[in-house]
Amino acid sequence: MPPRVGLFATCLMNLFRPNVGFAAVKLLETAGCTVEVPLDQTCCGQPAYNSGDFEATRALAKQLIEAFEGFDYVVGPSGSCMATIRKDYPRLFADDPAWRARAEALAAKSFELISFLTDVRGVSSVDASYAGTVSYLDSCSGLRELGIKAQPRLLLGSVDGLALAEMADTEVCCGFGGSFCVKYPEISGRLADDKLARLTETGAGTLLGGDLGCLLHLAGRMKRCGSPVKVFHTAEVLAGLAEGSGIGGAVEGGGQ
Amino acid sequence: MKVSSPQFKAKVVTALADPHLRDALGQSRKGFVNGRGALVADLPEFEQLRDQARDVKNHVLANLDHYLERFEAKVTAAGGQVHWAADAEDARQIILGICRRVGAKTITKGKSMVSEEVGLNEALEAEGYQVIETDLGEYIIQLADEPPSHIIAPAIHKTRAQVAELFEAAHGGPRKTTVGELVTEARLVLRDKYFRADVGITGGNYLVAETGSSVIVTNEGNGDLTQTLARVHIVTSGIERIVPSLEDVSLFQRLLARSGTGQETETYTTFSTGPRRPGDPDGPEEYHVVLVDNGRSKMLGGKFQDMLRCIRCGACMNHCPVYGAVGGHAYGWVYPGPMGSVLTPLFVGLDSTYDLPNACTLNGRCQTVCPVRIPLPELLRELRHAQRQAGLRPAAETRALKAWRFVAERPRLYRAANRLAARALKALDSGSGRLTSLPFGQAWSGLRDLPAPEGRTFLELWQARKRP
Repeated sequence: MPPRVGLFATCLMNLFRPNVGFAAVKLLETAGCTVEVPLDQTCCGQPAYNSGDFEATRALAKQLIEAFEGFDYVVGPSGSCMATIRKDYPRLFADDPAWRARAEALAAKSFELISFLTDVRGVSSVDASYAGTVSYLDSCSGLRELGIKAQPRLLLGSVDGLALAEMADTEVCCGFGGSFCVKYPEISGRLADDKLARLTETGAGTLLGGDLGCLLHLAGRMKRCGSPVKVFHTAEVLAGLAEGSGIGGAVEGGGQ
Repeated sequence: MKVSSPQFKAKVVTALADPHLRDALGQSRKGFVNGRGALVADLPEFEQLRDQARDVKNHVLANLDHYLERFEAKVTAAGGQVHWAADAEDARQIILGICRRVGAKTITKGKSMVSEEVGLNEALEAEGYQVIETDLGEYIIQLADEPPSHIIAPAIHKTRAQVAELFEAAHGGPRKTTVGELVTEARLVLRDKYFRADVGITGGNYLVAETGSSVIVTNEGNGDLTQTLARVHIVTSGIERIVPSLEDVSLFQRLLARSGTGQETETYTTFSTGPRRPGDPDGPEEYHVVLVDNGRSKMLGGKFQDMLRCIRCGACMNHCPVYGAVGGHAYGWVYPGPMGSVLTPLFVGLDSTYDLPNACTLNGRCQTVCPVRIPLPELLRELRHAQRQAGLRPAAETRALKAWRFVAERPRLYRAANRLAARALKALDSGSGRLTSLPFGQAWSGLRDLPAPEGRTFLELWQARKRP
């Protein structure tokens, strides 16, 4: 029987880039999963958590646990949202044994999309093509909390026509940081510019990454500075759905 | 030392506009980061050493009273004296008392962050003592009359040209141009001071309970001269810097320099046990250890106890992107970077340090390089929680979170709100796919466009697809 996957539709994907959701569904189905999207899901609670509102985070965590605990797996196209579920949920219920057990059970079957494909489903190549040189942005939560580094590179390596050019300082934050990017815009902007300078050095015409927060931040900065580099979520390229001008580009393509 | 953390945002703007700071920070940090990376790659057991170091520190913190008493007994047996300072004022008074009693005039100092923490130099100078910092970095910032901007490289924010200028003004010309010349000049100026010093004050990288020894680790040998040549040696140290045995020192030594300066080991590691004994060729007549609490014991047994494992290596700030962009002075007190953003609010209070735990992207690189595995991002988040509990979060944020939570706890309403937002933002887009100004989002749109939504949400499209 194919595993039943509940797709976690992250807030930014749902609002800004539905195409990433459809790319995720396509990749998961190709990997032999049945995909459902429970409608009683909202946010994982990360914005509240990082603002020190643990009470609100627990309320949203309980809601998410209830919405997804019937699935074999929970998969989402974001390292940071899935790290919240995998790493932070169990910690949030340290003093509540019943919910802690449920949080741990959910954490154990929750995965970021790309690492789920490779590490759980054993996918090592995709049937997609993308003409051009791309660079891959390591997002910090995925990289450090979930160990996502080799997986996207493995799958991108199988995309026809795609050449990967690595940036220097790939472990350095791009300056997004959730609400950090609007609370400390000057620092955030400096870190974005440092990151984009590393990107420019690669000569890549496309930037890919696994977290829409970082991608919206960098795409927005690049558009402001007049950069022609296109930005896509990794899943869009892997699913063969990276059409049009990318995130922040003119509207004709990219949508579903 | 005065706390200027409330001016964080203003200092950030100044720091970001300072090209010298950018040069100075970029150069040194790169050396530290690359050095560490290469050495760690060369030491297969490095991760295991980090585990061991964390465990030793946790053991010490769980039995701190035992090890402190043991340390005191050993120091006393070796002819030295331990002093207990509950707070900064206590520490200053104890040290002033010793200096008065021995009739000191000139005081040399090795690098000690605890002495910065308790504002020792100002107190000594106010009583007319001549205080000379002998660590090159500390000497530079003493000449510049600035606080340190890094815990192991206090003058990291200074360029070579700036140092040359300071030296020319302090020592008289001609101006030197190379690092070698500058170091030689400082060495010549300082050498004579060591011999004239009545009291030498150093920090302590470790206090060894087994032997009653204090240990300092330096690259310049200045600490050795400070503590050996003065008549009286005073060690200032936080109560948490204790380790059980000499074996433990060797464990931490394998981590400290690799993590901080990116060296296998620092040039000098010096153990001091008591004053000069009959027959010893050199050494001080008196040996004092001032053990400073100043807020540390309050952290024991609480959510922030992990922070007391810190061995002051500097790796967290070397790898922190925010520190790298704004430098140490923006943080506004003694300890900058990630470790400082945890310690400063705990030591000087939550209310004057609002920005420190918040000016962090929670990227987590500091935690991955911390030799004693302090979960720094988690502690910073805990401080945000503490700010919330204390009513210190901005009212606008609290209101926004409350409204957002109300909606997010109601999936049907949340979907509707997202559909509305997708349409509203789409309506602002004139076809370029991006919004260049946002009515209530200047903090975003001041420096970035906002990629525009496409008009319909994923959940909406998904539902439509399911019902063709």
